[in-house]
Amino acid sequence: MAKKKLTIQDMVFKLEKFWSSKGCMVMPSYDVEKGAGTMSPYTFLRAVGPEPWAACYVEPSRRPADGRYGDNPNRLFQHHQFQVVIKPAPENIQQYYLDSLKELGINTLEHDIRFVEDNWENPSMGCAGVGWEVWLDGMEVSQFTYFQTVGELDVKPTMSEITYGVERLASYIQNVNSVFDLEWGNGVLYRDIFKEAEYENSKYAFEESNQEDLLQFFDVYEKTAKELIGLNLVQPAYDYILKCSHTFNLLDARGAVSVTERAGYLARIRNLAHEVAVCFVEEREKRGFPLLKKAEDKKAGLENG
Amino acid sequence: MAKDYLFEIGTEEMPAHVVERSVKQLAQRTEKFLKEKGLKFKCTKTFSTPRRLTVLVEDLAEKQEDIDEIKKGPAKKIALDQDKNWTKAAQGFARGQGMTTDDIYFDKLKGTEYAYVHVKKEGKKTSDILLGMSEIIKSMTFPTKMRWDSHDFEFVRPIHWLVSLYGSDVIPIKILDITAGRKTAGHRFLGDSVVLANSSDYEDALKDQFVIVDATKRRKMIMDQMNKLVEKNNWQIKPDESLLEEVTNLVEYPTVFAGSFAKKYLQMPKEVLITSMKDNQRYFEVYDQNGELINHFIAVRNGNKDYLENVVSGNEKVLVARLDDAQFFYDEDRKYPLSHFVQKLDNVSFHDKIGSMSEKMKRVTIIGDFLAKRWLLDKQVVSDFDRASQIYKFDLVTQMVGEFAELQGVMGRHYAKLAGEKDDVAAAIEEHYMPTTSEGNLPKTTVGSLLSIADKLDTIITFFAVGMIPSSSNDPYALRRYAYGIVRILINQNWSLPFNNVLPEIVSALENQTPAKLPKKVEQEEEISLFIRDRIKQYLQKNNYKYDIIDAVLASSQQDPIQILAAAKVLQLHHDDDKFKPVVESLIRIKNILKKAKYKGKNIVNKDLFDNDTETQLAEGVNDLSKIEKLADLYDGFVKLQPVIDLYFETNMIMAKNEAVKNNRLAQLSDVAQLSKRLGDLSKLVIK
Repeated sequence: MAKKKLTIQDMVFKLEKFWSSKGCMVMPSYDVEKGAGTMSPYTFLRAVGPEPWAACYVEPSRRPADGRYGDNPNRLFQHHQFQVVIKPAPENIQQYYLDSLKELGINTLEHDIRFVEDNWENPSMGCAGVGWEVWLDGMEVSQFTYFQTVGELDVKPTMSEITYGVERLASYIQNVNSVFDLEWGNGVLYRDIFKEAEYENSKYAFEESNQEDLLQFFDVYEKTAKELIGLNLVQPAYDYILKCSHTFNLLDARGAVSVTERAGYLARIRNLAHEVAVCFVEEREKRGFPLLKKAEDKKAGLENG
Repeated sequence: MAKDYLFEIGTEEMPAHVVERSVKQLAQRTEKFLKEKGLKFKCTKTFSTPRRLTVLVEDLAEKQEDIDEIKKGPAKKIALDQDKNWTKAAQGFARGQGMTTDDIYFDKLKGTEYAYVHVKKEGKKTSDILLGMSEIIKSMTFPTKMRWDSHDFEFVRPIHWLVSLYGSDVIPIKILDITAGRKTAGHRFLGDSVVLANSSDYEDALKDQFVIVDATKRRKMIMDQMNKLVEKNNWQIKPDESLLEEVTNLVEYPTVFAGSFAKKYLQMPKEVLITSMKDNQRYFEVYDQNGELINHFIAVRNGNKDYLENVVSGNEKVLVARLDDAQFFYDEDRKYPLSHFVQKLDNVSFHDKIGSMSEKMKRVTIIGDFLAKRWLLDKQVVSDFDRASQIYKFDLVTQMVGEFAELQGVMGRHYAKLAGEKDDVAAAIEEHYMPTTSEGNLPKTTVGSLLSIADKLDTIITFFAVGMIPSSSNDPYALRRYAYGIVRILINQNWSLPFNNVLPEIVSALENQTPAKLPKKVEQEEEISLFIRDRIKQYLQKNNYKYDIIDAVLASSQQDPIQILAAAKVLQLHHDDDKFKPVVESLIRIKNILKKAKYKGKNIVNKDLFDNDTETQLAEGVNDLSKIEKLADLYDGFVKLQPVIDLYFETNMIMAKNEAVKNNRLAQLSDVAQLSKRLGDLSKLVIK
């Protein structure tokens, strides 16, 4: 192939441009640690309530238990997701997704693309959805979900979520066997940026983290989140819930959480997630669901010519 | 004139496992609907792909049949009350015929006046009735449904189009904002949408658009292409119906291809490779002519042969990444001794309410040792069991099982062998999960059988103790399957275990040995015995024993699967013999007399009180029978004893005036009754 391969940043640019053309806002990554793009407030909070929402963003996703000290070619402490959420889901969202692959140079006629059932669930955040993993020649490159519940609230209208696995997809496009060989942009390789971090984070998560401290962090973060919810301060409350979740993941990676306790911790996070979701909807309602109003005005404007 | 009716529901990709059963459901509901509406048709045919559920009704009549009938109702005196008003009976009659009381007239029949109506109705047009098909979409059920857009309506996946064609006419059914038409969608990538002129064009029109709508044909295409590849390369594949069904329902236009991977991965346990290929990627694994797994796989693409090389290399790359991962886990796991993993089980919960896996293993060791002693198993078995029971859950915390949960047990056996454990110990680790389905394979080794029984018994005992008891509809932890497995293994090994007697002993052996809650005496132990007895019943039913025999043997004083099964075998074997009836009748007679006399069965027979030979003969007969071990011989003994019993009754007055003689005779009969109880409660037998 003489064609120049897309770098990761080219890929991201193309996806941002494509989804922007479909009405999505291009948001920055959210600055609190999280395990998946779904946990960004741009997805989690915006999924609940009646307001429309359309956004896309890159989300660094930290999964301490998946850390491999930078030794494994495909497993990472931190990987990146490109997240697209649209509510209500457009009728032809599947076709949009396939068109976005074409933008990345993946011609659907030259590959085998499949939508394979995979109903998604995140019990710690009270989330569940119905959808697929998308296979590209047998490789799962995206997760495609119609949210049904988030924070234990019904998602209505339904939100569609598309999560591209950035490293996976890039490995395919650049035809490399190790993520560390990927070109991020302008000749700089993934290894040059992340290899050290992978080692250090793994070393910390598996060997150096202080369990006592982490357990204490969890309690403090939880207490803070509860207090903030009590004060209707949704955003800072949500930040502390994310911190609870990340702290739990660190404890889990350390093997410090028995299966029994695990259920207990997950329930504690789930309760917070539910409360903050309810609180968010209440606060938006007090403001008259501004985005809903905007969408109605826009629609009325279009109809009136 | 009758015409074909085509009804297609077009959706986003449905889960492969729901396609076939959902299209059957659609056809059944359609047939029921048409029959209820009185519309005649020849038959229905189904078509399905991941994106469509279709039913074709052949030769559907154009309208309902016209009705022109006289219907007779109640007598006039019932139809009208004293004031000549219509009664409820009359109103009901008219309504039942789709008429009103105004239509009623009276006519004489054999001298009595009756109410009549003349029902004359023109049959409704099929094209009108078919509009009701929207209700069928709404009534369909799926394992998981979803909402989409702002609708409350739920379906398996969002619906995108409907085709509803009666001959060449569109029947414009509506659901949400979709109106049915004549346009259907072709293959997502290779095809275009296509407008159908006539319902009968469906299959061919879609074939042109790279959709093979007939699932059977699609499946055959896959089979044919697969066989060609296999023949060409001199390979073998193992038939796997469920995988074949799944891949058939993952594609609209199948093209089969083969790929390969580096031979070095074949050094891993073959189950790891098969799981990676089959469960994760939906590939068929490939064997050589000697039945050895080789470094190739067969897969199915949703598309044609164009650019197939991309698809092959992509799939190979994915598989290699998975195998690399597995290799990493395999290498990591083997760096540690088994004790490293066993230790971790302290922190692995068996169940929140019960305790850790380590605690479970300790209980299982105690239960197994107790059973081994009872069954006089040899020393080697006991020492192998002890070793196995102290480690057998270790693979749950290996990285490989963490990644491939379905390999639990398999990896345990494999790693145990690598660590130098004995073959029987290693085998038992895998076999303790068996049987994995109710009629699945049983453990082959003695150690494995013992471990499997001890493990399952512990699960049942501890779950019952904390009140997690299966209800008739809900058994989330599959305790029924475990209990049924225990029964099957006991029978397979010919191990006797009268649950009602032994459970209390097991529970007391566990007392003070575990922090887990144990069943409260009597009540719960009985509950558990009954739970297991129901599984013995299931076993007998499954093996075609007569229902009255099952009832009789389950009432046996010993709740021992081996004894109960032996009793059932004897009774079933002799059920149709000439002697069966008299033998059973004489034994039932004894039971009835004892019952009537409210005899408590405390006396010992005193020969000094005998006054004739029949009493001596019966006593001798009882003495002979009480030495018999096998139930088959016991039955033969009763056959011999039956004339003796009859003669005894003829000669002796049981309820003698002399209290001592009476009690002595009752005692004699009681001895016989006790012996017969070994076969069960014979009064439950249906004797013709």
